Amino acid sequence: MNEIEFLSWVRGPGFQIATVIFVAGIIIRLGETLLLGRKANLAEAKGSEMSSGLRTVAARMLPPDRETFKRSTFTIVAGYIFHIGLFVTIFLYAPHILLIKDVIGFGWPALPSQIVDAFTVVSLIALLAILLHRLTDKVLRHLSGPEDYIVWFVTIAPLLTGYLAFHRLGGSPVMMLAIHILSVELLMVLFPFTKLMHTFTLFLARWYNGAISGYRGVES
Amino acid sequence: MSASLEKGIQALKEQVDSSVASFFSSCVHCGMCADACVFYTETGEPELTPITKTEPLRRIWFSEYTLIGRLMKTLGLAKRVDEQLLSDWETLVYDSCSMCGRCSMVCPVGNDITEMIRRTREGIAAAGHAPEGLIGATQRSVTIGSPMGVRLPALQAQIKHIEKDTGMSVPLDVEGAEYMLLLSSMEIMNFPEFIEAIAKIFDKAGATWTISSEAFEATNAGIQIGVSDIAATLVQRVVDAAEKLKVKTVISPECGHAYMAIRWEGPNLIGKPYNFKVRHILEVLDDFREQGRLTLTGKESQKLTYHDPCQIARRGGVIDEPRNLINMFAENFVEMPENGKMNWCCGAGGGVASIERAEDLKLLAFKHKKSQLDAIHVEAIVSACSTCRMQFEESLEEYHMDIPIISLTETIAEHIAEDK
Repeated sequence: MNEIEFLSWVRGPGFQIATVIFVAGIIIRLGETLLLGRKANLAEAKGSEMSSGLRTVAARMLPPDRETFKRSTFTIVAGYIFHIGLFVTIFLYAPHILLIKDVIGFGWPALPSQIVDAFTVVSLIALLAILLHRLTDKVLRHLSGPEDYIVWFVTIAPLLTGYLAFHRLGGSPVMMLAIHILSVELLMVLFPFTKLMHTFTLFLARWYNGAISGYRGVES
Repeated sequence: MSASLEKGIQALKEQVDSSVASFFSSCVHCGMCADACVFYTETGEPELTPITKTEPLRRIWFSEYTLIGRLMKTLGLAKRVDEQLLSDWETLVYDSCSMCGRCSMVCPVGNDITEMIRRTREGIAAAGHAPEGLIGATQRSVTIGSPMGVRLPALQAQIKHIEKDTGMSVPLDVEGAEYMLLLSSMEIMNFPEFIEAIAKIFDKAGATWTISSEAFEATNAGIQIGVSDIAATLVQRVVDAAEKLKVKTVISPECGHAYMAIRWEGPNLIGKPYNFKVRHILEVLDDFREQGRLTLTGKESQKLTYHDPCQIARRGGVIDEPRNLINMFAENFVEMPENGKMNWCCGAGGGVASIERAEDLKLLAFKHKKSQLDAIHVEAIVSACSTCRMQFEESLEEYHMDIPIISLTETIAEHIAEDK
């Protein structure tokens, strides 16, 4: 298989396989979670489950109270940076929007590629700092297992290969583009079966947290 | 597999629902829960990170309730829950967690980690790995009716003392009273002033109340140890007594987990809603205040603060009421740097106080509270939980801090206007 054949495989069958696993996997994971169900609360309510749940979904998107922020500054700041960076690079880069338009039928305006490039660099630095933090902080070392490092790798790989391909570094442009797409497919395949699923399940988790707390009259 | 391990695994399985599955699916191992936990901040031991304490439940969720986990279990690749794990986790879920709920407030993905630990306790207790102190307290609760072994004659003796000293009556088994008061054994034995305070306040407020001779104990060791069957039995006793005496409202006293047990977990444990209300004593007093039935006289000029008991405030929803009440008599009230739903735990709740081997850890955990107190220089601390109160008394002495800790209800009683 030469470069061109490799590129057309990752663009064609490779991408299709990854998409099927990604979509089916997410549906299975959300299904097996939600179908477990939950008993209704029989205690007399002091607040609403629904509105408190929704409130917590939104509230935990924002920075926490000042003291919590002070205690976990690095985790919070670095976390925001790379999540925003990932969002911008995935969803606001012109070629990505074209691809998405191909799949779902509609697109949206892109950011200039220089700006996306800047976000990529900042995200790469944040992710490297996050790895260093995970390797050196005693709590994170205690919590971390192979999955945490694998997930870190499959998250940074598309960013790095995309950056290299964009700047025509590290090999032939065709090969670099193919490797970039392959790295995204790796991310998609692992997504439903790792902690990457938090992208979707955190909405459920936050809702339950807010509902449990809000039922008792406390905003969480 | 031994019978006890089987029971433990079964109990854990029963705890998995869509909320637990969402929580485990969402954890990204960020470690922020550690910074919210007194047992981590005061020891610096990463093993005490809250989410770590849920590992037995996580393994059951993963290997039994996810497709990939079941596949891995079939291939022998999933991590198993064995006797060793449950035994190793005993100290993590009991000695070093007070169920304070602070971790649940900071988790960025929204996991209610405290609830997850509470559920993990069910499995560990069912497998026979609960701490001796808690097992003893639970057994005494079931057989005698009190975790401290307090029987009716002891309560009657205290009542007699109070009636003799004050000339007021403490009604026992009065059918049709509006309120039925529950008491913690600690209040009966160590702080009987609380009963006296209730008699005085309710008399002035013109409210009828009673204590049931059949169910006067408020605490629920079944909740603390994590055995739902026993917790339900203890709740049912209160329900039966309240129905028998036809009261409108059951009052949970100044005790944190008692409120969690009877107010929030109770109906779910027995599987049906109550036909009476349950209120914390501070809610009742705040109602009296609002209705103009609470007239106080004299002010406290000393600098005061309020310690929020976790199960009453963050986990229970009683946050504004104590502040409304304190404002009635305090001239110089200051909040701790983090208060209300973000207050720091005293370190003794959730059963920790009943575990003898956790004594040193409990004192160490108090250091966070100490640093909060050091920041505000108060002359007295007001609170509303007997366990907090005991912990403060012991710890303040240990750390040579000469600050009294007083009960909010008792302080209100001291300021009740005599002429009505």
